[in-house]
Amino acid sequence: MRYPLTEEERMIQSTSREFARKDLAAVAVENNEQGVYSEEIYKKLGELGFMGMTVPEKYGGVGLSNFCLILALEEISKVCASTAVAMSVHNSLVNWAILEYGSDFLKDRYLPGLASAEMIGAYALTEPAAGSDVSALRLTAERKGDEYVLNGTKIFISTGDKAQVIAVFGRTDQENRNRGISAFIVEPDYPGFSVGKIEHKMGLRASTTVELVFEDCRVPASNLLGEEGMGMQIALAVLDGGRVGIAAQSVGIAQAALDEAVTFARERKQFGKRIIDFQAIKLKISEIAMAIEASRLLMYRAAKLKDAGENMTKEAAMAKLFASRTANQASYDSMQIHGGVGYTTEFKVERLFRDARAMEIYEGTSEIQHLVISKKVVEEYERMLPE
Amino acid sequence: MKIIVLLKRVPDTEARILINQEGTGIREDDIKFVINPYDEYAIEEGLRLKEKVGGDSKVTVVCIGSEESAELIRTALAMGADDAVHVCDPALKKPGPFTSGAILAKVLQDEGFDIVFCGKQAIDDDMAQVQAITAEILDIPQVNVAVVFEISDDHSSAVLNRRIEGGDERVETKLPVIISCEKGLNEPRYASLPGIMKAKKKEIRKKTLADLGFDSAPGGGRSEILKWFPLPKGGECKMVEAEEIKDAAAELVKLLREEAKVL
Repeated sequence: MRYPLTEEERMIQSTSREFARKDLAAVAVENNEQGVYSEEIYKKLGELGFMGMTVPEKYGGVGLSNFCLILALEEISKVCASTAVAMSVHNSLVNWAILEYGSDFLKDRYLPGLASAEMIGAYALTEPAAGSDVSALRLTAERKGDEYVLNGTKIFISTGDKAQVIAVFGRTDQENRNRGISAFIVEPDYPGFSVGKIEHKMGLRASTTVELVFEDCRVPASNLLGEEGMGMQIALAVLDGGRVGIAAQSVGIAQAALDEAVTFARERKQFGKRIIDFQAIKLKISEIAMAIEASRLLMYRAAKLKDAGENMTKEAAMAKLFASRTANQASYDSMQIHGGVGYTTEFKVERLFRDARAMEIYEGTSEIQHLVISKKVVEEYERMLPE
Repeated sequence: MKIIVLLKRVPDTEARILINQEGTGIREDDIKFVINPYDEYAIEEGLRLKEKVGGDSKVTVVCIGSEESAELIRTALAMGADDAVHVCDPALKKPGPFTSGAILAKVLQDEGFDIVFCGKQAIDDDMAQVQAITAEILDIPQVNVAVVFEISDDHSSAVLNRRIEGGDERVETKLPVIISCEKGLNEPRYASLPGIMKAKKKEIRKKTLADLGFDSAPGGGRSEILKWFPLPKGGECKMVEAEEIKDAAAELVKLLREEAKVL
C-alpha cells in the first residue's frame, strides 16, 4: 500500500519484515502445528528491540511511537499471528500500563526486564463471569498490612503460563461496582499463584492461553498499579491500545491471505486459463485488497491519535472491528480461491483462516466494538443536537 | 583499525525487472531497492572485525549513488557502522566500473584505511569489476569471493578462503587489502530498532565530484552500454500423452517434425 512513511518507519518495517521472513518463517509452521510457544523467538525479538518498542530509552526501551509498533506487529502477523499475540499483549497492554500508571518503583523494577524480553508480560482481566463487562469481575484483593491477598480465577490469559510480569485486575471494594476494582503486578513465584487449565485452541496455536488461579496469593502493596479503585479506568484505557494491536494482527493475516490468494490464482489454470483471469476471482481480489487498505488506514489513524495523546476509544474500536472482519473475509475468500488444497494443512491459508477467527473474539468481541462505536457516535450527536 | 565497507543500492532480488521503453535502463517505479545482498556480508564482516580488534576501530560505509541511496546507507549505520561517505552527483547517472573505481580510490585515499570489504559483485549489472579496478588504482592486494576471513594477531595480514570451482583456495595477504565477500562468509545481522534510532545521529558525509577534486566523471569512456533488452520469452511447454510409450514417442516425433520443424 502506498503511504507516506518516514525513513525511520520504513527501516523499522523493513527489519520487522526481514526478521519475520527469515527467523520466524523458519519455525512458524512447525510451532503452530505442534502448539509450541517459542521462547527463542521472543528472546530474539527482545534483542532486536521489539519487546520494548514504546518504552523510553531510560528504561531500556527504544522510545518509538505506537505507530511504529503496529507497523512491526503487522509484519510479524503476516508470518505468524501467534507470535504477534504475546508481542502485542506485552507491548500494548503490559508495558504501556506500567509506563502510564506505574509508580517509579514499578517502572524501575519491571520495565528494563520487559523491554529486553528477559521478562514476558501477561494481562489478566477476563474471568468466568466477567469478560467485556469489567464491572462484573469477582477476584478479590484484600489489603492486609503491606500486602494484598488475592483470591479468584482468571481465564483465557494469553501467555499467562510463560509470563514473569502479570497485570491482574481484582476487586478491592465489594460495594462500588466500577470504582471498586484495582490493578496489580503479580509475579508467578508469589505464594498462592498457580497456572490452571491450558486451553486447546482452534488457531493461534503457537501462543498459550491459560487459566490462572489465585489462592491467598500475597502481593506486595507496592505492586498496586495506579491507585486503589483505578482498575476499571486502567483496564479500559489499556484496551484501546490493545485493540489497535489486534487490528494490526488482523491486517497482517488479511494481507497474508491476499498474498497467498494472488500467488495461487496466477499459477492455477482451469479451462485453459489462469483462474485469476476469471471475473469471479477478480471480484474477490479487489474486495479483499480494498478492505485491507481501508483497515490499515483506520489502524494508522487510531495509532497516530494515541501517539498524539488523544482519546481514541472510538477509532480503536472501529479499526479493530473492521480489520478483524477483513481478516476473516480475506482468509475465507483466499481459501475459496485455493479450492480443495486450501482446506489442507499443507497450505498457509488454512492456518490464516483459523487464526483470523480469534480476531473477532478477543480484546472485545465484534459485538462489543459495535456497542463502543455506537455509544461514542450517539454521544457526538447529543453534543451537537438540541435536547 | 580503519575499516571501510563499499555499498551499492540495487533492485530487490524478488523484484520483477522490466526494461524501460527507451532501452536505456530498467523501470524503477514500484520496485523496491535494497542493499546489494553481497554487500551485506561485507558490512557484517566489517562489524565483526571491528568488534574483534576493538580499540578505536571504526567502520565507514562508502557508497556511490543517487539521493535514494541514503536510506540504505542509514540501514548500514543502523546495523552498526560508525559513519559514511555518500558520493552523490547529478553527473553520475550510471557510473561504469572505471568511473566507480576511480572515485572509490580517491575516497579511500582521502579517508585512509587498513582494510576494505565489499560484495563479490552487485546483483544488478553483475560486472564484478569495481573492487578489482579500485585495488589496481591503489596498487594494493585484492582477494575476491571470500568465504572465510581471519585477521592475524598483529593485524598486519589476513588469511582467507576463496570459493573456487569445486573447493576453496586458502590465501594469505598483507594489509591494506580489498576483500570481496561471498555468501557463506557470515550471517548478516538485522538493523535492530535501537540501532535504527542511533543511526539517526550518525554522520553521512555527502560528496560531489567537485568535493573529491574531479571536474567531471573520471575514468569513463572505455566501454559504453548501447541498449538494454529483455530475454526472449520462453516457449510454451506441450505435454505428450498416450496410453503406450511407443505411441507417445510417435506423437513426439510428429510434433518435432511438423510443428517445431527441428527434425
